[in-house]
Amino acid sequence: MLITQDQGFHHPYPSEITPPQVYAQRRSLLVHLGAAGLLASGAGAWAQSAAVPRPGKLAPLDAKVSALAGAQAKDNITTYKSASTYNNFYEFGTDKADPAENAHTLKTRPWTVEIEGLVKKPGSLSLEELLKLSAMEERVYRLRCVEGWSMVIPWVGFSLSELIKKVEPLGSAKFVEFITLADPKTMPYVGSRVLSWPYTEGLRMDEAMHPLTLLTFGMYGEVLPNQNGAPVRITVPWKYGFKSGKSIVKIRFTEKQPLTAWNKAAANEYGFYSNVNPAVDHPRWSQATERRIGEGGLFAKKIKTQMFNGYEAQVGQLYAGMDLAKNF
Amino acid sequence: MLNKVSWQQALLSPRAHGCWYALLALPFAGWVWAVFHDALGANPAEALSRSSGDWTLRLLCLVLAISPLRDLLKAPVLLRFRRSTGVACFVYAVLHLLCYVWFDQNLEINEIAKDLVKRPFIWLGMLGFVFMLPLALTSFNAAVRWLGGKRWQQLHRLVYVLPVFALLHFYWMRAGKNDFEEVWIYTLVLGVLLAWRVWGKGKTSPRN
Repeated sequence: MLITQDQGFHHPYPSEITPPQVYAQRRSLLVHLGAAGLLASGAGAWAQSAAVPRPGKLAPLDAKVSALAGAQAKDNITTYKSASTYNNFYEFGTDKADPAENAHTLKTRPWTVEIEGLVKKPGSLSLEELLKLSAMEERVYRLRCVEGWSMVIPWVGFSLSELIKKVEPLGSAKFVEFITLADPKTMPYVGSRVLSWPYTEGLRMDEAMHPLTLLTFGMYGEVLPNQNGAPVRITVPWKYGFKSGKSIVKIRFTEKQPLTAWNKAAANEYGFYSNVNPAVDHPRWSQATERRIGEGGLFAKKIKTQMFNGYEAQVGQLYAGMDLAKNF
Repeated sequence: MLNKVSWQQALLSPRAHGCWYALLALPFAGWVWAVFHDALGANPAEALSRSSGDWTLRLLCLVLAISPLRDLLKAPVLLRFRRSTGVACFVYAVLHLLCYVWFDQNLEINEIAKDLVKRPFIWLGMLGFVFMLPLALTSFNAAVRWLGGKRWQQLHRLVYVLPVFALLHFYWMRAGKNDFEEVWIYTLVLGVLLAWRVWGKGKTSPRN
């Protein structure tokens, strides 16, 4: 394998070097896996087991470590506790502690995702069918919230492109719209006037087809907690977090750029692209720095936000020639 | 059950004041406990910043409620607790400001200057703090003597502008999420307390 800077393996920041304890955890995990007899597939299999120990809270979701360029951020991984108790999921309340408290009502089985719009094979896919659609990969992505904080999360899933290829979009399909669940019976804040429901998001077709765009079913080696968007969500690591819709029930292929929830709520503040960009401020605050959750305690300095959240080598060409201040 | 005279007498004792100071310090004690028990959640800096703002606002409500309560309950003894409550409100405002300049802005003056331009709710909060300063600086007995009772009282009417800054600061901060429920509750409470000054007084008390 050729390892080049372009592939995203260049890490100029010491903070991106895996600390010894994390590395040691990986070792001890391998030992446990070996003891459990899960390493039966022979030589080389060790390199494919998951990178983080499981928290042991939810059903395991096996995956091999993704070899995709940019899919293994070397930053310290955020604790499962932080990643599962500090969430923006307004259907369950606007405080970041709300989703973890309220999302237990979400019913994730049975679950189907409707495929509609400009595709040759529209229809309905059950969660079970989706899970079998392609091999599960573990990918460690940085997650940058538009509010100015960030985490590093090991997601489990496969490239959304695998699904898109299966349903065969027509030539006229230029955008992909994601419609998320809006069930007032299980989601107490659906109906609040904060946003219009259901929460929808969208990507340009080339963004949706980019291998880093992850159809996500799990994190930390287990199925997604409800508050993180169970049972299936999108993860787009180079865009602000709100672009990554949770608890998806419908994927629609369109010719026109779809409206998105935050864009409808405040068009001058949240654009369709919403790529992470330290040079383009939010109208009401700077985007130059971010607070990395769990790093360094109360007096820790914020860290510099990277262009495209550090995925410029992988996704920069998607936006070649575009005015990113105008197309924010 | 205590009768009216006896609870007022109990509040006259020096111990009552000690208890009141301890109560006012409880939120702060709670933070110290939470810091050492990792109980502030994933983003402790944000949690402290929000909690200190909440308590500043709550104490502002409380300090403005003391005069109406005195009249309602016919309990002049309550006035003995007004100044300490006001000073506590200021102390929590100082902590709130410290959270901002230290945790959020890393004590970097240039960054704060840029942030003030970007975020109007920050300078509204700071302006509110500036209006608190003359009150806090003249909160001791010698200042009352030095200014004279009447002028001191006129100066301390400045407290009535604080709800305006506090509420606008809070409203603007919540505007990003269109999440105004708490803002309206505080507006209602402070609105009633200020309205009492305009329409409710005069019958039972000569001033304030």
